[in-house]
Amino acid sequence: MSEGENEIAVHIGDVVKVYGSGDSAHTALHGINLDIRHNEFFTLLGPSGCGKTTLLRMIAGFESVTEGEISLYGQNLATSPPNRRPVNTVFQQYALFPHMTVAKNVAFGLKMKGHGEAETRARVDEMLRLVQLDRFAERRPSQLSGGQQQRVALARALAPSPKLLLLDEPLSALDLKLRQAMRLELKQIQRDAGITFIFVTHDQEEALTMSDRIAVMSEGALQQVGDSRDIYEAPVNRFVADFIGETNLPEVVIERYEGDHAVCRLGDGSELHCSVSEGAAAAGERGHLSIRPERLSFTAAGEEGSIRCVIDRTIYVGTDTQYAVHLGDGSELVVRVQNEAGEELPWSAGDEVGLRLATGAARLLSD
Amino acid sequence: MDDNGGAFIVPVDVRIDRRGGKMSEQTSLRAPRLWNWHRIALFLPAMGLIGFFLIIPIGVIAIYSFLVPGVYGGVVWEFTTNAYRQFLFEQDLFTDEWAFNGAYLNIYGRSIGQAAVATIACLLVGFPTAYFIATRPPENRTIWLFLVTIPYWVNLLIRTLAVLFLLRDQGPINSFLMDWGVIEKPIRLAYTNFAIGFGLVYSYLPFMVLPIYASLERFDFSLMEAGYDLYAGRWTILRKVVLPVVAPGVVAGSLLVFIPSLGSFIAPDILGGGRNLMIGNLIALQFQGSRNWPFGSAAAMILLTLVLLALFFFARRQQGGLASSHG
Repeated sequence: MSEGENEIAVHIGDVVKVYGSGDSAHTALHGINLDIRHNEFFTLLGPSGCGKTTLLRMIAGFESVTEGEISLYGQNLATSPPNRRPVNTVFQQYALFPHMTVAKNVAFGLKMKGHGEAETRARVDEMLRLVQLDRFAERRPSQLSGGQQQRVALARALAPSPKLLLLDEPLSALDLKLRQAMRLELKQIQRDAGITFIFVTHDQEEALTMSDRIAVMSEGALQQVGDSRDIYEAPVNRFVADFIGETNLPEVVIERYEGDHAVCRLGDGSELHCSVSEGAAAAGERGHLSIRPERLSFTAAGEEGSIRCVIDRTIYVGTDTQYAVHLGDGSELVVRVQNEAGEELPWSAGDEVGLRLATGAARLLSD
Repeated sequence: MDDNGGAFIVPVDVRIDRRGGKMSEQTSLRAPRLWNWHRIALFLPAMGLIGFFLIIPIGVIAIYSFLVPGVYGGVVWEFTTNAYRQFLFEQDLFTDEWAFNGAYLNIYGRSIGQAAVATIACLLVGFPTAYFIATRPPENRTIWLFLVTIPYWVNLLIRTLAVLFLLRDQGPINSFLMDWGVIEKPIRLAYTNFAIGFGLVYSYLPFMVLPIYASLERFDFSLMEAGYDLYAGRWTILRKVVLPVVAPGVVAGSLLVFIPSLGSFIAPDILGGGRNLMIGNLIALQFQGSRNWPFGSAAAMILLTLVLLALFFFARRQQGGLASSHG
């Protein structure tokens, strides 16, 4: 079987999950369709309760599939219990066996699969070197720091060479610095191991920095699937635009469509050209734009093509400064301007200035 | 001397570790010696009770076991080790020679066997029960625990008599089996070793369930998922993941069942019909019928030694387990 770059590793077809039955039935997933490619770092991103962990647990086999199918390299997984699936999981709280040493934790899956003593030992050593914990082989999990425990969990899940690795918010228990370091490390390990990763997180920054592709989920449904750039630059709807990064979501009236662009009128009457996401409202109706704060900049008030506004507050946030402004009709926007070294802030609260949009900054969303 | 003028505020510098709930190491170092006075005052009543009602009676029994029995009970103040010798040997009435007699050793062996069987039976029944309760939704667990402890609200003697009523030849179990034609005549259940074992299991089951429940309640069930995910079957998970982690609860429960079973008096007396003597009955007999207080005392001291040895053995094992888990 050739496992080329574009081969489908995991196929999720019309998967529905219903908890309970009768009146108390609760639908956690509404018909999910997803194809995850071989060797891909794929992220399920969404707020808590969106169904991302449920989907992950269904792939692992801990939850039954109410409807639909999940297959791994063409093989239907529906009937196999978790211990018969060539899929391993890195659990959120690591779930390391507290009564075993690090080496025994990593060896567990190999022993259960029936690998011999020598083979197991060699593979354990290899895995511990991969996660740089070879010196800690004889320690107990309780003697390790959170980041080290996390790496043991990773080594344990990778050791039996699964065809697919599932990671359930594995970084959420770590502090910020460590989390950032682990992101790069995880990505590197995924490339080295050559295994498809499905990563679940509610942290959009984590998703954007590590993933080859991201599926944004909300309320048991997929909102958008794409690479980091797609998701950030071309959100398909209000939920995605709002959830990923910071954005302004002003309400507008759609004046007319010109080719693949639309002309929309802001509350203060100024007109904007914007790109259009699929399913946006028709001309004449109301809709929402997404304008990223960093795509806005200031110029002198009244300059050609700029929108007149007044600065209400400025917040210094290190790399850049955040300005809260309001337009002629009182609608509010946030602008982010990168700070230059050693310069005083060029604008301050109360100034009347012109607002300029970078090309393609505004996007008309579907609701 | 209390330099701080007897202030009642005990300096508390207990830092709770965010994950483990362990106290920081500084706590014990920082607590000033002076405050020990208050702490001693707090546990003096308990010390007094234990000293008075445990150490002194045991001391009395230890001393009695080295004395000569009085004719109508009581003791004659004359030192002898005959009581202990009597345990293993028999003195010939005419020649005064000591010959080996295994009867008492037999009673101890049988008691240990009986207690071990009761402990294992309690474990086989108690572990699934505790597991069941620990996997209920938290709001229902209290009710289940309450149900397990209900029998405790009735006097042990009454409960044991009730068991006898159930097991006797004309009892409900035999009548039921005969009515349904399973058996022709009653099976002998009462006054057997089975009856004693049944009585012991019934009496001490909650002592097994509660500590195991306490361990399982703290057990992180995602460990089971981790095992399942790593290709282990259900029995392997139970053996390699669950049991080792909840072992302290299993050991505690087993000791809590084994120790009282070993010295139990009511169950063998009532359910065994006093035919197969157990340690408890043997001791009671020496103080009631036989009027041989020193021998009764010696038998009690031997039982105490056995129990302490068992405790010591488990304590060492537990400590060994802990030590290896930290180093």
